[in-house]
Amino acid sequence: MDFLNALIAFLNFVAVPAVAYGAQLALGALGVTLIYGILRFSNFAHGDTMAFGTAIAIILTWGLQSAGIGFGPLPTALLALPVAIAVTVGLVLLTDRVVYRFYRRQKAAPAILVIVSLGVMFVMNGIVRLVIGVEEQNFADGERFVISAGDFKTATGLAEGLAIKTTQAITVVTAVVVVAALFWFLQKTRTGKSMRAFSDNEDLALLSGINPDRVVQVTWIIAAGLAVIAGVLYGLDKSFRPFTYFQLLLPIFAAAIVGGLGNPIGAIAGGFVIAFSEVIVTYAWKKVLTYVLPDSLAPDGLVQLLSTDYKLAVSFVILIIVLLFAPTGLFKGKSV
Amino acid sequence: MTKRNLLLFAGVAALYAATGMFQSWNLSLSILNTALLATIMALGVNMQWGYAGLFNTGVMGFVALGGLAVVLVSAAPTPGGWEAGGTRLFLGLATGAATIGLAVLAWQRMAKGRLRSLAVLVILVGGFFLYRAVFDPAVAAIEANNPATYGNIGGLGLPSLVAWPVGGLLAALAACAIGKTALGLRSDYLAIATLGIAEIIVSAMRNEDWLARGVKNITSLPRPWPVPYEVDLQQQPGFLSWATGWGFDPVTASTIVVKLAYASLFGAVLLLVILLSELALKSPWGRMMRAIRDNEVAAEAMGKDVTRRHLQVFILGSAVIGIAGAMMTSMDGQLTPGTYNPLRYTFLVWVMVIVGGSGNNWGTLLGGLLIGWLWLIVESIGPAIMGGITAGMPEGAFKQHLMDSAAHMRLLTMGVILLLVLRFSPRGLIPEK
Repeated sequence: MDFLNALIAFLNFVAVPAVAYGAQLALGALGVTLIYGILRFSNFAHGDTMAFGTAIAIILTWGLQSAGIGFGPLPTALLALPVAIAVTVGLVLLTDRVVYRFYRRQKAAPAILVIVSLGVMFVMNGIVRLVIGVEEQNFADGERFVISAGDFKTATGLAEGLAIKTTQAITVVTAVVVVAALFWFLQKTRTGKSMRAFSDNEDLALLSGINPDRVVQVTWIIAAGLAVIAGVLYGLDKSFRPFTYFQLLLPIFAAAIVGGLGNPIGAIAGGFVIAFSEVIVTYAWKKVLTYVLPDSLAPDGLVQLLSTDYKLAVSFVILIIVLLFAPTGLFKGKSV
Repeated sequence: MTKRNLLLFAGVAALYAATGMFQSWNLSLSILNTALLATIMALGVNMQWGYAGLFNTGVMGFVALGGLAVVLVSAAPTPGGWEAGGTRLFLGLATGAATIGLAVLAWQRMAKGRLRSLAVLVILVGGFFLYRAVFDPAVAAIEANNPATYGNIGGLGLPSLVAWPVGGLLAALAACAIGKTALGLRSDYLAIATLGIAEIIVSAMRNEDWLARGVKNITSLPRPWPVPYEVDLQQQPGFLSWATGWGFDPVTASTIVVKLAYASLFGAVLLLVILLSELALKSPWGRMMRAIRDNEVAAEAMGKDVTRRHLQVFILGSAVIGIAGAMMTSMDGQLTPGTYNPLRYTFLVWVMVIVGGSGNNWGTLLGGLLIGWLWLIVESIGPAIMGGITAGMPEGAFKQHLMDSAAHMRLLTMGVILLLVLRFSPRGLIPEK
């Protein structure tokens, strides 16, 4: 029984949150890695693209809520999601047309493009603040739990409860659907194949008549869509605050680099590696250990390796270890 | 200095003068002081990016380390702080350092294979628990020491000027550690690694209360040597008769004298940094740096140790940023880790370098003063403009929203300026020769 309780406590406090967080990071990292693969620069504005899309979704959600439109047990924000994606795609395509295209035609060095993306980051950050302000927003509604801790305890008779939030379930389901659709698109469709060809060898792709402008456009559309989905899911699961989204840049980049920049499968693996390490290192293991160990060995302290304030440090350390020992990532990424 | 450049500098001077005349000289001078500090940081970034092409997005971290140095060196000692657990604290830190050193040694000395990985892992995990066992009680003891007013180990009580080079040293040590791991990889990786280290440094300063009281802040840090206190000035008969003799209000005059004292102090450091880096740039070392930046492969073929030179200039630039960070905390008289924000301390400095002209110290100076002015002036003018725009609108939530958002205009302004300069004048206002 103790063993089961330990297992449930582990699932409840470590596995379930880490899977949801990992799915959110993976979606963000996929966007970063696609842009890196096709446009060949690290997009520092990605966190703020997520924030922008989420801000639009929140405003639409407020509008829907005040109009009395809900989505049953699911969060209303899911109804707003397609429109938010469309708006964000529009903004990102406009940015590409006005800003990035010029440097692409010049064949500017990647470092210059990164600085350009810093400028875009400033502008988007400013727009987000203008649109929604800097305060924290909670916009999750509908059913709170798929399984609540209390129900689980009465159903199983265990001392520990397992709670699965609706937002966590939605996150995982959406992530699976989106990723499956993305891989189908990249592997099976003509446009997807031309994107992969472009990423592998730009000159050869141009030579075989692939239209580079179209490839770039599709990449931006996919990246923006992934960013908004990741942002809304993260916001539903936790809460929305523009600065937090800016800070997500670090774990997202860490996930993309750990998996191998430019490699979509790597980005997903990297997202889960980062999320699980973060949660495992910052979780207080006292409860689980008390169940597993004999009473004489039960821990006195919280058995928390690092305080949660240092969760950024976890992604950073993993990033450094990977850079030192496997600079192209766990799955072979590119190193332009 | 060409005629055009002189005109540009005259234009920026006119902006400050106009602020002084139409708003207040106090505002103008405090903008100038902040801009001078940011310019010194920008000079550090310019060494790294302009001379060597190194992409450092961790400016905030080095600024914060400089501020930490001021607390550790020049804050008043905490009664009972050291006795509570100072020795044990250092023992803990030494354990941590020894663990990492031992792990690196094992990695280098042992033969490749499973045994080595296992040994390194055992050293790291064992060392971590040992470190926590030694370190945690010390922290608890120090933080329990009168937590309402102290709860930290306290400073050495030395003059503020001593803290400035120490700030540079702390930043240099951090730069050495990060440079040794991340330099030599591709440029984006350095950017992401430095972005991360800056966040970690600041979150450590927020949470490690024993060090500098974390978000409870440390206030009343001493002023650097020649700068007087306003209250002291107002009580000096000599100063009072001088001020009234010129027809100044003594209170305003004292604040302006204090700001002028800071401005000259910062200006002196700024000119020294420019002088030294100009001399370095014109020396064989400077030519070598530019050769490496422009063509790494060719420079390496000529026998230059590219990674080593990169590390050198990375450390130098970060030290300059650390000194500026220490100066800033000295001027503020307090360390507030909660206010360090990457947009303000990292990316704004980058805007200064790019707008001014990377690779050119005078350009960086111009960019620093111009952007520094703009950053603070948009804050005071933005609401005024928005007030003008919304004057005709009916009262209501929308008008209120627009008024509230005016304060955020400056990020947008900075972004647009950066993008415009990158597009239409990519080498900056005063390009590199």
